[in-house]
Amino acid sequence: MADVKGASYRERERSITMDIAGDEPIIGTDVATGADLEPEHELMTINLGPHHPATHGVLRLLTTIEGETVTDIKPIIGYVHTGIEKSCEDQQYWKAITFVERMDYLSYYFNAAAFCMAVETLLEEEVPTRAQYLRVIHMELNRIASHLFWIATAALDIGAVTMLWWGCRDRDMVLDLFEMSSGQRLHTRYFQVGGVFEDIPPGFERKTREFIEAMPARLDQYAALLDRNEIWLRRNKGTGIVAVEQLLELGVTGPLLRAAGNPWDLRKAMPYSCYEDFDFRIPVGTVGDNYDRYRVRLAEVRESLTIVEQALDGLPEGPWITSNRKVALPPRHELATSMEALIHHFKLVTEGFRVPPGEAYVPIESPRGELGCFVVADGSAKPARVHMRDPSFVNLQALAPMGEGGLLADFIASIAMLDPILGGIDR
Amino acid sequence: MPDQTGLELVAQRVREAVGDEAVVGTHHAYDRGSLEVAPARVHDVLTHLRDADEEPYGVLASLHGCDYLPSEPRLGVHYELLSMQSRERLNVKTRVTVEDPHVPTVTDLFPTADFHEREVYDFFGVVFDGHPDMRRILMPEDYEGHPQRRDFPIGGEPVLFTYNEKKLPNWYG
Repeated sequence: MADVKGASYRERERSITMDIAGDEPIIGTDVATGADLEPEHELMTINLGPHHPATHGVLRLLTTIEGETVTDIKPIIGYVHTGIEKSCEDQQYWKAITFVERMDYLSYYFNAAAFCMAVETLLEEEVPTRAQYLRVIHMELNRIASHLFWIATAALDIGAVTMLWWGCRDRDMVLDLFEMSSGQRLHTRYFQVGGVFEDIPPGFERKTREFIEAMPARLDQYAALLDRNEIWLRRNKGTGIVAVEQLLELGVTGPLLRAAGNPWDLRKAMPYSCYEDFDFRIPVGTVGDNYDRYRVRLAEVRESLTIVEQALDGLPEGPWITSNRKVALPPRHELATSMEALIHHFKLVTEGFRVPPGEAYVPIESPRGELGCFVVADGSAKPARVHMRDPSFVNLQALAPMGEGGLLADFIASIAMLDPILGGIDR
Repeated sequence: MPDQTGLELVAQRVREAVGDEAVVGTHHAYDRGSLEVAPARVHDVLTHLRDADEEPYGVLASLHGCDYLPSEPRLGVHYELLSMQSRERLNVKTRVTVEDPHVPTVTDLFPTADFHEREVYDFFGVVFDGHPDMRRILMPEDYEGHPQRRDFPIGGEPVLFTYNEKKLPNWYG
């Protein structure tokens, strides 16, 4: 056994698991010639997943380990591929919104927003400012909900069961708000092409402000539980580090990239949906390890709270959906008195609206990075192609560099901190 | 996004650096500049745009396929380039036929293209020559056909359950 006194925890762990035979390497003998073989360590290939809580969905990782050290990782995906992109080609544009929301099932508002914005680009449709603000409010609330669910499940992987209950408890407050504004808690289909489905109901603002008021104290509780927790620090500090240049080559965006020190955030860099009206900061990390990823995401929740508050303060009066009757349904009360409104309603519901031929790629900043929606229109009422550049799908490529060379237990932490959503990866 | 003039300038620089035949055309619509290039020259054009151009695009944000069914060549491959310095995007696209769907890989330039190219291969059957691991990514490995093509019908596939797995073709040998 090597002298491990004074060595760090990680080196000691390595020495325990790697050098079972002491300093002597295991040397085999060739049966035919009797000569010594090259010293070799035993490699073992194991499947992490597909059905394992730590893989956050049906993700299979073909992992080669040498003792406790991970030497190779091959992600195998496609287990929850449901052909949403193909199904969208058979739906009218306004019906396809329902489908795209089900891709990344934790950030449904973002999927819908990316798709609606792509269609609006093709239609050259102006979205009223109130609708933009309502979208920002809901997207940021969704970002909070997504990050809360992430911290709940990620902390569970690392052994902090309390965090699961706390995270889900506080996410529920956001889902209550979604239920108020749209009637649904998940997959709300609140965003429409041209605006949002309905104005926010009375009481929504008060409830949201209550949430904004309550949340910072909850975040302080999380910080008190985790920030200096010894287990949390040992599992996350210095693990899963990938250099920022490599992250950029791998196309990684979102909190993973920001944790490595690159402040790329589409909300600031290429503002859309009135994000330029709001004053917020972009949290960045320094080292790019799992601990930075955790800190960056929780700091983002605080920033999202300020954005929601600013949007509520500055929420302009006006329509919440475009007045173009060729795109948006007429208000319900008009149907009883206006023949024209009835015709528009009938045409929109039966045939949908036609989109002139063209191509659009609209990227937005989802909780996991750049979510781009690519829509090709062929002039009919159904899209010819809908593609989501899902951040989870691209970020998953960074999993191998994060895990290789580290311990298997650190790799589990890296999966958790990567925040893969398999619905988004497989679509 | 480069405007119409900026796009023409980019196209001009690409023509000078890579060759006249590399650029097939330029399209500018909805504030989105699109450079259509010959499939065989995709790698050269992207190398130029990444390294040598005076406005380099260092990041490949996305890569996706598309099937323009009635028009020929049918299959399209889109490269969404991004410059984080100038905060601009540029779309590079190429069109290949169903009979000869070959495009050189760009995984050596942009490692992020690995999964994307496998996805385009999986769903459209575009083969990226030189890709280190050109296999299906989302569909089962023994799947036949490329389901995102427009002439591939929707639905009609039996769902695999334990009670019917022996009856389904291609499942139990």
